[in-house]
Amino acid sequence: MSAVVEYLPFILKGMWLTVEVAVLSLLLACALGLAAAAAKLSRSVVARALGGLYTTLIRGIPDLVLMTLLFFGGQVFVNRTTDAFGWGYVDISPFFAGVVTIGFIFGAYMGETFRGAILAVPRGAIEAGHAFGLSPARVFFRITLPAMARHALPGFGNNWLVLMKTTALVSVIGLHDMVFNAGQAAGATRQPFAFYLLVALLFLLLTALSNVGLRYLERRHCRHN
Amino acid sequence: MSACVIWSAAIAGIINNSPPMDFVVIYANLPLYLSGLRVTVELLLLALISGLALAVPLGIAAAATSRWAHAAPRGFIYFIRGTPLLVQVFLIYHGVAQFDFIRESVLWTVFKEAYWCALIAFALNTAGYTAEIIRGGIVQTARGEVEAAYACGMSRLTALRRVVLPSALRRALPAYGNEVIFMLHSTVIAGVITIVDLFGAAKIVNARHFAPFEAFIAAGLFYLGLTFLIVLVFKMAERKWYAHLRPARGN
Repeated sequence: MSAVVEYLPFILKGMWLTVEVAVLSLLLACALGLAAAAAKLSRSVVARALGGLYTTLIRGIPDLVLMTLLFFGGQVFVNRTTDAFGWGYVDISPFFAGVVTIGFIFGAYMGETFRGAILAVPRGAIEAGHAFGLSPARVFFRITLPAMARHALPGFGNNWLVLMKTTALVSVIGLHDMVFNAGQAAGATRQPFAFYLLVALLFLLLTALSNVGLRYLERRHCRHN
Repeated sequence: MSACVIWSAAIAGIINNSPPMDFVVIYANLPLYLSGLRVTVELLLLALISGLALAVPLGIAAAATSRWAHAAPRGFIYFIRGTPLLVQVFLIYHGVAQFDFIRESVLWTVFKEAYWCALIAFALNTAGYTAEIIRGGIVQTARGEVEAAYACGMSRLTALRRVVLPSALRRALPAYGNEVIFMLHSTVIAGVITIVDLFGAAKIVNARHFAPFEAFIAAGLFYLGLTFLIVLVFKMAERKWYAHLRPARGN
């Protein structure tokens, strides 16, 4: 028990990194998700095909395979590129690889959520925006986005909870998140069960906190119901 | 414009300076991938079967109205769904070794093997997720159906077996299909704890030949194929068990 108390700040430092990775990948996932939703709803056949390919590939390939592919393969690609230009060595950090892969994966899931939510916005509201002479970008940010948020929230919340758990995988490519730090602490103290249980409980804490936040957002956006 | 020049120069440089992707490496290591594929499929099937066997009683208990009956299963489901599988696997594979009484007992023959630890963790994990799916199916059963069963004089157990479970499990089918795909994707964690499954095979090929693209893309394609196979199986299952929902074929 005293070992757990001694190493708690070390684990909490890892937890901060977990949160950082999760939040940054969430931002990337939202941006990619909007792009994917727009592609899938677009009139262009090419955009629709690209959107479909993106979601199918992501759903068919395990996250860890994609992450190692980007981490090891991305490094080779960067090396070849820098060699071709005679530039110096550029390192792909595990942080970058982790955030980009998780963002890329959850962009596909967010895309599906956003697509459904956009379809749930009454067409008349969007058409009214166009009729007022708003530019397409303005229509999107002033009408579609606020109106779809309410429909997207439940799916968004689910994606966020799954995303947070997925961040545990970054420890496999050497990022010092809380799972990695727990492994270090477990090795030093020979108490692996205590430390992995602590990490499991911290994940439950993050989930519980997220649920509070999500419920607040739901109350705010669904007030009229 | 200048960006375009840089990109084409970069691509030309890449093509001139190094060989393109070398899938001969994959062909040479095909036996390794195939044995990895066997391990992945074996782990998946064993975990799914034992997990489902656990999930049915767990789901029924979690759907119970009595607090005594549902507290423990709901706690288990909450823990499994709220924590990453990687941590669950580490808890069993690394964590159990902390207890001397297990190290000194016969149980240690099981817990010292990465394979059995992975299998136990996967089975418990899918049991938790599947139990929640089954609980949802049971809770959604139309009240009238259950009342009709009691009115016919069925005991609670008979009503559960003949009325509630068949319709609940049928309703759970699409969600269970997603769970099976998730489980397939989760089995990569076996590769993290030294088991040579598909992902483990890709890691070995990458380490031997330093060919990350080829090694992991090949593994990804195998997983993609397995995913499509699972989707196909569940489409067929839905055709069979959702036959009553299909529109009548008019001539």
